[in-house]
Amino acid sequence: MSTLAYTISDSTTMFRRNLRRLQRYPSLTLLLVGMPIVFLLLFVYVFGGQLSHGLGATYLGGHTGRAGYLNYVTPGILLMTVAASVQGTAIVVAMDMTGGIIDRFRTMAIARSAVLTGHVLASLVQSLLGIGIVLGVAVALGFRPEAGVLDWLASIGLLMLFAFALIWLATALGLAAKSVETASNTPMFLTLLPFLGTGFVLLATLPTGLRQFAQYQPFSPATETLRGLLTGTPIGNNAVIAVAWSVSIALASCLWARHLYTNSRTA
Amino acid sequence: MTHTRQPAVVVSGVRKSFGETVVLDGVDLTVAEGTIFALLGPNGAGKTTIVRILSTLISADSGTARVAGHDVVSDPDGVRASIGVTGQFSAVDELLTGKENLQLMADLNHLGRAAGRARVGELLDRFGLVDAAAKPVSTYSGGMRRRLDLAMTLVGSPRVIFLDEPTTGLDPRSRRLMWDDIRELAAGGVTILLTTQYLDEADELADRIAVLDNGRIVAEGTPDELKRRIPGGHVRLRFTDPRALHAAAALVDGAIPDEERLVLRVPGGGDVASLRHLLEQLDDARIAVEELSIHSPDLDDVFFAVTGQPTLEQEAA
Repeated sequence: MSTLAYTISDSTTMFRRNLRRLQRYPSLTLLLVGMPIVFLLLFVYVFGGQLSHGLGATYLGGHTGRAGYLNYVTPGILLMTVAASVQGTAIVVAMDMTGGIIDRFRTMAIARSAVLTGHVLASLVQSLLGIGIVLGVAVALGFRPEAGVLDWLASIGLLMLFAFALIWLATALGLAAKSVETASNTPMFLTLLPFLGTGFVLLATLPTGLRQFAQYQPFSPATETLRGLLTGTPIGNNAVIAVAWSVSIALASCLWARHLYTNSRTA
Repeated sequence: MTHTRQPAVVVSGVRKSFGETVVLDGVDLTVAEGTIFALLGPNGAGKTTIVRILSTLISADSGTARVAGHDVVSDPDGVRASIGVTGQFSAVDELLTGKENLQLMADLNHLGRAAGRARVGELLDRFGLVDAAAKPVSTYSGGMRRRLDLAMTLVGSPRVIFLDEPTTGLDPRSRRLMWDDIRELAAGGVTILLTTQYLDEADELADRIAVLDNGRIVAEGTPDELKRRIPGGHVRLRFTDPRALHAAAALVDGAIPDEERLVLRVPGGGDVASLRHLLEQLDDARIAVEELSIHSPDLDDVFFAVTGQPTLEQEAA
């Protein structure tokens, strides 16, 4: 077999291993997907009635009150699902790195990149699963997107690209963490970012400094793009910015993770 | 021309420091192919560091190391393809079953579907893990986990195997089983370099033993050669007060006092003549001994014999 064939074969093996681990440790996935669901319920049923009054007709999608706010908040919640899900990535990567098995992999003649590729691919599956569950809950609550097939495909593409970026970031954070506990905390800021953006309220309602941050931080353009694709609100240049953010985060984090992986040889 | 076999492991002048701490201070060793070589030493002597350098996990600051003819620095993949490593900490996937762990190794060794499955079955059988094959490793006992760990190391049929303290923490029965496994491997022509803190283990298994102390090899030879240098165990005397301990320590040649436990360690055999002499000495000086026990040679005796010093742990105690 050629080097490329070995790399693909080893990465597939590692991918299968990580999927199986996910299967054996379902409580982690459920815990991670629980958080965005709680926020979805909280924001729709507790704050939604009030918050919907500040939204224009464009954002309510022909609904009023809670139903309108559900329409507005779901895209942000879906991106929050991605952020919550990658906490799991950091945890499983750190579990691997602090356990004995990583030394075994390192003393075997296997493709160097396979360990990380396996984690990233399995996390992507986990994220998609989480998105599916949360979207299912939103639909059960009454979320009725009027998106066409192409809009759906673009939405899934955007979510996957965004997940891919955050997964690489979480992988690097997991590698950088000295313990599993640290790894479960460091990506937490990612789940807070949707609140400091356009996930829950309109940009115009924010104070100046925060507004500027909220406008350009990665979650807002991604939220606006997803909202546009699913509910027909204007997208503008947000799609370009969202893709640029995702690609940059993915690239920088991938390089960082690879650097950490090759150099984090413990004593 | 006679055909000389290439040694399986050659280490020369290897040095390694972690920050200010010198862990290996110029280590040379050669392991002949198909033999069992034991690195004997206390915790902190540098045993694990040697294994980590030889298995390409870390690099030495200076010196060279070759494994199965491959240089660990210039050809790490060549080394990795020839070795199997079972470390001190179990390198198994807790969430997978025993069989899945072995299958993972078969896949990573690119054995192919049929050959991989056959190898997994064979190893489960050989290590007595057939009944536990479908259970997650998190339910395994320490001994089972260690056997699975070794089985995983063997999936790729390595020519050189490094075993870092393979029996530390195992109960006596599991320890015996592990010894049998190691002997069986060596009988199959595999070269084994193992580290241990136990003289009896090195004695039982190894063709050659190197004693490592403070990052240096202080003695090397066959078990018999080394044991000839040990005066034959020691006698342990326990006292009720420090004054008696000090008095006895001053009286007996070469004795090592342990202030904390009020114990005096007297090197030498437990033969009647020397015991009688020891007791007479103590009687004459009117020193009351609480308890006396005779111990067969252990690592501390080897250390004392080759370095003239107790082991580090004893100094610290």
